[in-house]
Amino acid sequence: MSIKDMTKEKNWSGQKLVSTDYLLFEAPREKHFMTGSEVTKEAIKRCTVDASVSYPITPQSEAAHLIGELWAEGYVGMYFRGENEFGVMSEVAGCAMAGARTVTTTSGPGTLRAMENFPMWSGTRIPVQLILMARGINSPLTIQPDNLEVTFMLETGCMIWYAENVQELFDMTIAAFTVAEMPDVHVPIVTVVDGFFVSHTREAVMLPADDIALHPYDPYAAPLPPIDSEMPPGRFLRDPFVMKSNYISYATHASWQWEVRSAVDRSRPYARHYLNGLAHVTGDEDAEIVFVACGTASNQAKEAHRELAKQGIKSKVVKLRTIRPFPHEELLAATKSAKYIFVPEFNIVGWLDKEVTQSLYGKSEAKIIGRPRVAGGMSMPVESILQEVFENTNAKGA
Amino acid sequence: MSVDIYKINPEFRDIMPKDILDLEDNATWGQEKRTIQDLTDKKELLEEHSLCAGCPEAAALRYVLTALPKPEDTIIVNSTGCTSLMFPHIALHTVHSLFGNQNAVASGIKRALEWRFPDKVKDVMVLAGDGATIDIGLDYTLQSFFRQEKITTICFDNEVYANTGGQESGSTPKGHVFKMAPKGKVFDKVPMWELAVTSGCQYSIKLTASAPKAVARAVREAVYIARELGPTYIHLYTPCILEIGLSASEGLWEMKEQDKDRFVSFKYVSPEAEALLKERKKEGLL
Repeated sequence: MSIKDMTKEKNWSGQKLVSTDYLLFEAPREKHFMTGSEVTKEAIKRCTVDASVSYPITPQSEAAHLIGELWAEGYVGMYFRGENEFGVMSEVAGCAMAGARTVTTTSGPGTLRAMENFPMWSGTRIPVQLILMARGINSPLTIQPDNLEVTFMLETGCMIWYAENVQELFDMTIAAFTVAEMPDVHVPIVTVVDGFFVSHTREAVMLPADDIALHPYDPYAAPLPPIDSEMPPGRFLRDPFVMKSNYISYATHASWQWEVRSAVDRSRPYARHYLNGLAHVTGDEDAEIVFVACGTASNQAKEAHRELAKQGIKSKVVKLRTIRPFPHEELLAATKSAKYIFVPEFNIVGWLDKEVTQSLYGKSEAKIIGRPRVAGGMSMPVESILQEVFENTNAKGA
Repeated sequence: MSVDIYKINPEFRDIMPKDILDLEDNATWGQEKRTIQDLTDKKELLEEHSLCAGCPEAAALRYVLTALPKPEDTIIVNSTGCTSLMFPHIALHTVHSLFGNQNAVASGIKRALEWRFPDKVKDVMVLAGDGATIDIGLDYTLQSFFRQEKITTICFDNEVYANTGGQESGSTPKGHVFKMAPKGKVFDKVPMWELAVTSGCQYSIKLTASAPKAVARAVREAVYIARELGPTYIHLYTPCILEIGLSASEGLWEMKEQDKDRFVSFKYVSPEAEALLKERKKEGLL
């Protein structure tokens, strides 16, 4: 296998090159039964990926193994196991700087070990995709599902998308490369799922054929030239003032930080297109009881909506699909009818509750209730959501 | 690449500063037989520098750059510290990423370039200080050696964290008093050149920056071996004249006359690398 085997019509593994629109919306699909880890392999297989570096940590290890198999099968150009997550995130940074479409995966403590890399990724404007299979961060040691780690990622300058289930993980992984690589966006993207709940759960999933794949990444359309000695050198640090203590230096750094965040903002129209909206709303349009959630919690909220409907109580679920950029407009529009907003979460700090509260501050009179919150691997039974509804609203349970 | 990417659009020649014009007109791009003698009359790839006057690191970097066999296809990854202050002045693809991750970033770059350009030679080099190489980045330095990454790692050893104000490093000799070691360092200087050998380097050399020709030769040997066989390591003594109380004119004297025990020369070349060097010599490249 060599990149030299690639033609205008086919990639190096012989897959026919197609547009993202075709792959996501038009190609015929067939039903499969797969885990989140398995579907990660299927998504990466269809993305003409140049490089991946892996490291074992539960629950993302299987997805990382399967990407390795894709390399052995000739679909992924380059793959190896790094020494730890800090090293891995630097290695994938190197791959992406050198112009490779690059993906990696991690979980919980691995995310935190690698943390210094993420603002470096965004500052370097590399469109790496990190598939994050969230797991608890705790001492004593836990490997259980819990998405506390996402709160640490929020201000790294990376885009953050959140998939609810196996199907969304497949579609988002493909869309993520496309949006992250847009020349006017070109920042890293973190595709999050709840570990175990999605990574290890087998679900029905509709997949297009595997003989088609995305067009390769074009590093020469990037806002910063790749580090490959094929173009005049990029000037990440070229001008000495960047390392000096003076006003021009401060202004340079400040404007670059703004620019990274503006780039994340510029992803909105693309994400709206490829994700069919930054938020998905289900349930009763005029409901006073609104659940705002992401990932598995939105699945449980939808279950609560069904239970409430049985009792004649109206409710709706606003599932946020992008966290960075945060879907302010979509959230405000979807909560217009709300008197009570519940934010069910799989973490102890309520990071999504804080995001929702901040976004709606001064714009909504709804009471925002950051519950139920479960953590440390606890599940979120629908009863726990209903209990919050009955305790905090006029709605009466049966 | 071809050296053409460093050429100036003719429309802009009249407004370009002389330094930039010189890079096109009088630098030694695209000539494999570049030599240290070029320093006297060719345009250097380092345009001035922002280190202390008389700093041996600046001299060492000039020797390194003038010795690169293929500068137009060389990518240098550096790290945080005094060396990172020079990199903005280098007319090559360079990366500063984080403090200590230089060998990890270089591994990714090298492998991605091998994948993207299977028929081209692209040299990847790491150039970092002793703190970056031996302390905070030791894991990534050694792991890149274990993995047999085809990169050259150069450590500018000034035996101290200089850019942060003179703190003890793993490379500081035992007994030296520096900040954070107010009673003197309690353990020995880390023998990185030996660790490089036991960790799988095809070539490991320790020398001071006092002899330009020797430095240039080591760089060329290391790059040629890394290109074909695997990791190579150069440990270069570049004392921090500021932190050991010397004046701008005393750096060379320090390297030549002092510390002979610590910087007694060391050189390891694997048998395969030895054979390769013989070939390069026959070709007139060394």
